[in-house]
Amino acid sequence: MGSILTAVAVLAAIGAVLGILLAVAARLLTVKTDERVEKIISLLPGANCGGCGYAGCSALAEAIAKGDASTAACKAGGPDCAAAIALVMGKAPEKAVRMRAQVMCSGVRGEAKLKYDYSGLEDCRAAIRSGGGDKVCPNGCIGHGTCAAACAFGAISVVNGVAAVEYSKCVGCGMCASACPKGIIKMIPFEARYWVGCSSVDKGQLTRSYCEKGCISCKICEKNCPSGAITVYDGVAHIDYEKCTECGICYEKCPRHIIIKGN
Amino acid sequence: MTEILLIMLGAILIENFIFSRFFGICPFLGVSENPDTAVGMGFAVILVMTVSCAATSLVYDHLLVRFGLEYLSTIAFIVIIASLVQLIEMFLKKLIPSLYNALGIYLPLITTNCAVLGAALLNVEENRGFIHSVVFGFSAAVGFTLALVVFAGVRARIKNCDVPKSFRGSSIALVAAGLIAMAFSGFSSISI
Repeated sequence: MGSILTAVAVLAAIGAVLGILLAVAARLLTVKTDERVEKIISLLPGANCGGCGYAGCSALAEAIAKGDASTAACKAGGPDCAAAIALVMGKAPEKAVRMRAQVMCSGVRGEAKLKYDYSGLEDCRAAIRSGGGDKVCPNGCIGHGTCAAACAFGAISVVNGVAAVEYSKCVGCGMCASACPKGIIKMIPFEARYWVGCSSVDKGQLTRSYCEKGCISCKICEKNCPSGAITVYDGVAHIDYEKCTECGICYEKCPRHIIIKGN
Repeated sequence: MTEILLIMLGAILIENFIFSRFFGICPFLGVSENPDTAVGMGFAVILVMTVSCAATSLVYDHLLVRFGLEYLSTIAFIVIIASLVQLIEMFLKKLIPSLYNALGIYLPLITTNCAVLGAALLNVEENRGFIHSVVFGFSAAVGFTLALVVFAGVRARIKNCDVPKSFRGSSIALVAAGLIAMAFSGFSSISI
């Protein structure tokens, strides 16, 4: 018993001495850093989401202060943050379009057919190892929440087997899009009202055989779009948000109701 | 005096940390991509290893042995090395910023470098005194740097070679490291 106590005491003493030494050293050896870095750190969201490509908010702040990164590099902070940082840096604010994540799949339980019963690890990356996941559709959301775990802002939850983004919480950092092993989360403009809820690359007939929802590439939307914003390729309709005027004709004409009105 | 020379020769060539003891393989593969970073990392290791061998030797002789706590050496050494690296980092940042910037990320990386801990534990195992411990730490780090710089040169040459696709990257690096290790094993025939 006594030897254990000495052991604890000696280790605690070593720890305490080193701790005090470090604390004193930190006080004595503080280095004046670039004031702008501190200011920029306080302006950034501080979630360390990594969406900008730097190791964290402080790393980005340093890069911005040095001039290596754009003042609008933080997508999570949005235009207000970019403008405030531009003010600190004494530069004209750069235009940044706020984006949001959109899961391009509508194949909820019951609508999309399953190949088998999956009861493994709750992680999409693990699930796709077993024949690409339990959904027959090779590009359907398999709903094990890898994107939800990647989201630093708690904006994603899995509803009925398909991940859903809560727009008010989404800051558009894009971490979910890069985490999704199926690559079916796309970044679209935050204000976009219409989106295609399918990523299937199969032919219409095949898509129809395994999903009640999926896009069958009938091209009705493409033909009816007055501004030529929709093109159907790779088995699914794509909306070009630069051209889209949000007239809603595609939404009304789509026989599969796979062009979804949201936001 | 001869003993110190023997320790140095042994640590640098005969029992080279990387090529015969296989310590610190991770930074060895990680930072040997270009010679400049290899030299930077090498100097950081020399600095940290010498200081940490001195500190751990003192703590072991005067604290752990006195209380009969030799079995705690691993834990105590980890704590000491980690704090020492922190301390050195702060000192450099304040006093020699140019060196701090040159060492960059390698300094904190050394905190978890097994070569540093290995040197401290080997000192204990061999019952070395304070001066011998410091000499051993310094020369082991010099050996580490030597291996790193030699290997960086080898890798620079590999870059210009047409390596078969399946061997590119880490695989050919490991094969090359194995060949250099074999060459270094020739030093073991030096009897001291």
